[in-house]
Amino acid sequence: MKVFKITPAELDTMMLAWSKAHRVYAPALTKQPAASSDCAPGWRRVDGSAALTLPTGPTPASVKTFFFPQPETLLTYTLENNHPDKGLMREPVKSTEMQVVVGVRPCDARSVLLNNLPYQEDPFFQANRQRTALVGFTCDQTLSTCFCTQMGGSPVDSEGLDLTLSRTGDGFIVEVGSAKGEALVAGLTLTPADESGITALAAQRNAAKAEATELDRLKAGELGKLYDAPMWQSLGDSCINCGACTFICPTCYCFDIQDEVVRGQGRRIRYWDSCMFPLYSLHTSGHNPRGKKVQRTRNRFLHKLKYFPDRFGPFSCVGCGRCVQDCPVNIDIREVMTDLLAVE
Amino acid sequence: MISYMPYPVRIDDIVVETEDGNQKTFKLVFEQEAHRKAWKHVPGQFAMLSLAGQGEIPIGIASSPTEEDHLLFTVNRAGKVTTALHQMNIGDRMGVRGPLGNGFPINTEMKGKNIVIIAGGFAVTTLRATLISLLARRQDYGKITFIYGARTPGMLLYRDELKQWAQREDIDLHVTIDREAPGWDGLVGFVPTIAGEVAPSPENSVALICGPPIMIKFTMPPLEKIGWTDDQVYLSLENRMKCGEGVCCHCNVGPILVCKDGPVFTRGQVKQLPIEY
Repeated sequence: MKVFKITPAELDTMMLAWSKAHRVYAPALTKQPAASSDCAPGWRRVDGSAALTLPTGPTPASVKTFFFPQPETLLTYTLENNHPDKGLMREPVKSTEMQVVVGVRPCDARSVLLNNLPYQEDPFFQANRQRTALVGFTCDQTLSTCFCTQMGGSPVDSEGLDLTLSRTGDGFIVEVGSAKGEALVAGLTLTPADESGITALAAQRNAAKAEATELDRLKAGELGKLYDAPMWQSLGDSCINCGACTFICPTCYCFDIQDEVVRGQGRRIRYWDSCMFPLYSLHTSGHNPRGKKVQRTRNRFLHKLKYFPDRFGPFSCVGCGRCVQDCPVNIDIREVMTDLLAVE
Repeated sequence: MISYMPYPVRIDDIVVETEDGNQKTFKLVFEQEAHRKAWKHVPGQFAMLSLAGQGEIPIGIASSPTEEDHLLFTVNRAGKVTTALHQMNIGDRMGVRGPLGNGFPINTEMKGKNIVIIAGGFAVTTLRATLISLLARRQDYGKITFIYGARTPGMLLYRDELKQWAQREDIDLHVTIDREAPGWDGLVGFVPTIAGEVAPSPENSVALICGPPIMIKFTMPPLEKIGWTDDQVYLSLENRMKCGEGVCCHCNVGPILVCKDGPVFTRGQVKQLPIEY
């Protein structure tokens, strides 16, 4: 693995170089007009002309928008009368343009790997993975809402990142993590990092290394008991089913599919959905298997902490704490986990 | 890789099945021979019927794989897409995406066994597909008992085929309606009652039960009384679906996905699940 040392000015030069060939995005720290976000709300197109500033902790919007954009066009068709192909569904044109996302935190990088488990066979997600490079920054500071270590992650991890930047003195150590990362530094004259910097980073990583957390006990927990725990009632009572947690969550990945027709030209799109909404599970007959608020609240947490691990192994949560920050009624998934661990 | 692209098909025939006109059977033929050849399903599987501008709906496949040149879907008019489908005509183009789900174990657990099929209302569709498949390889199975009930004689699906099956010696057929009706000289009574009277032996047998939840609930006690166990009984679940491929999450019942792990489950498996279906 190649390791370099760069100055902040060199980072700007690198971003300038990338932006000549690719779309480069950085976190938007203020609310952007929709047009300038370029279909990636919470992010902005950058060219390296202005210095990069990152928020402490996770970026306001997660990286899922780059892999699982909304909307994603699944197919197109025409409904023009007398057109020989009326109603014939066609493959959409998939973008192959490289996008470089700068400023990704280790928690979000890990979310892409987790979402890849259910999306292993999804052609759109996989195509977006192909064309997206993640340039991450390890966290030298965390927030009170951060709990990545509890979920098996680490604030200084490089897993899932194509380039990982870690602050050292007045510059950064750059680790190349993949072939895509190689391509990003190819042709640039960079100074190799010195031994002491590499050793310091390794020591930092060792210290922050996630231990097998107590939470793993949940995986062996009996579904019936977790499902019937009395805690859900009070949690469901306070939850207002606004769905905010599901949209800001980097590992919430469910979607709805709808047809959209404008002047005879149609497309089938998929976009983010939320199991917090009654429509999500409503049958045409009027029957709703999760018609009650408490059932929907329980479904979200058990999906992350039981159903997903049952199927794929890891929890479907990276501990970014966005939901803890933004829940309007102060529901805290860490408290939910503590309560679940106490279920006998 | 999974695909969200439906195969283009044409509506080749439409049969209005029931007296209320709400259930129609659509005969679909593939526009392309390659797609017809690629299509392989087992009874109990479903597919997405895909209407441009309207959307997709998961519907059980009513035709047997032995009916090679076409697909049949019996659709109840209920929501947006089914209403649009009911307004379509012979010759119109639509799409079919699938086959999806697991289907009944006709080549494994059901082989060599006596088969008891119990159907209520329009849930009979995939069981029609199953029966046709069983009859195509009749020697592979033991006794076949088929119990089917509807509200009125006019609400029975596949009436011509019911008449043919009634003629056959190798099917023990019991067709019933809920209440006495003029011109009906067959069985009268709810499916659970008839199932109790027929009392199929659980010995070396498998039962497939599809119908309204209330029917399934009351059909089980008379069967359990004569020794049927939960693992001999196969049910088919339904839930709202979007992708049908185990990605979109809509149809989850606790940890399982109806579209991918099901829709067919043993009653034993269903009992392990939270009641979210």
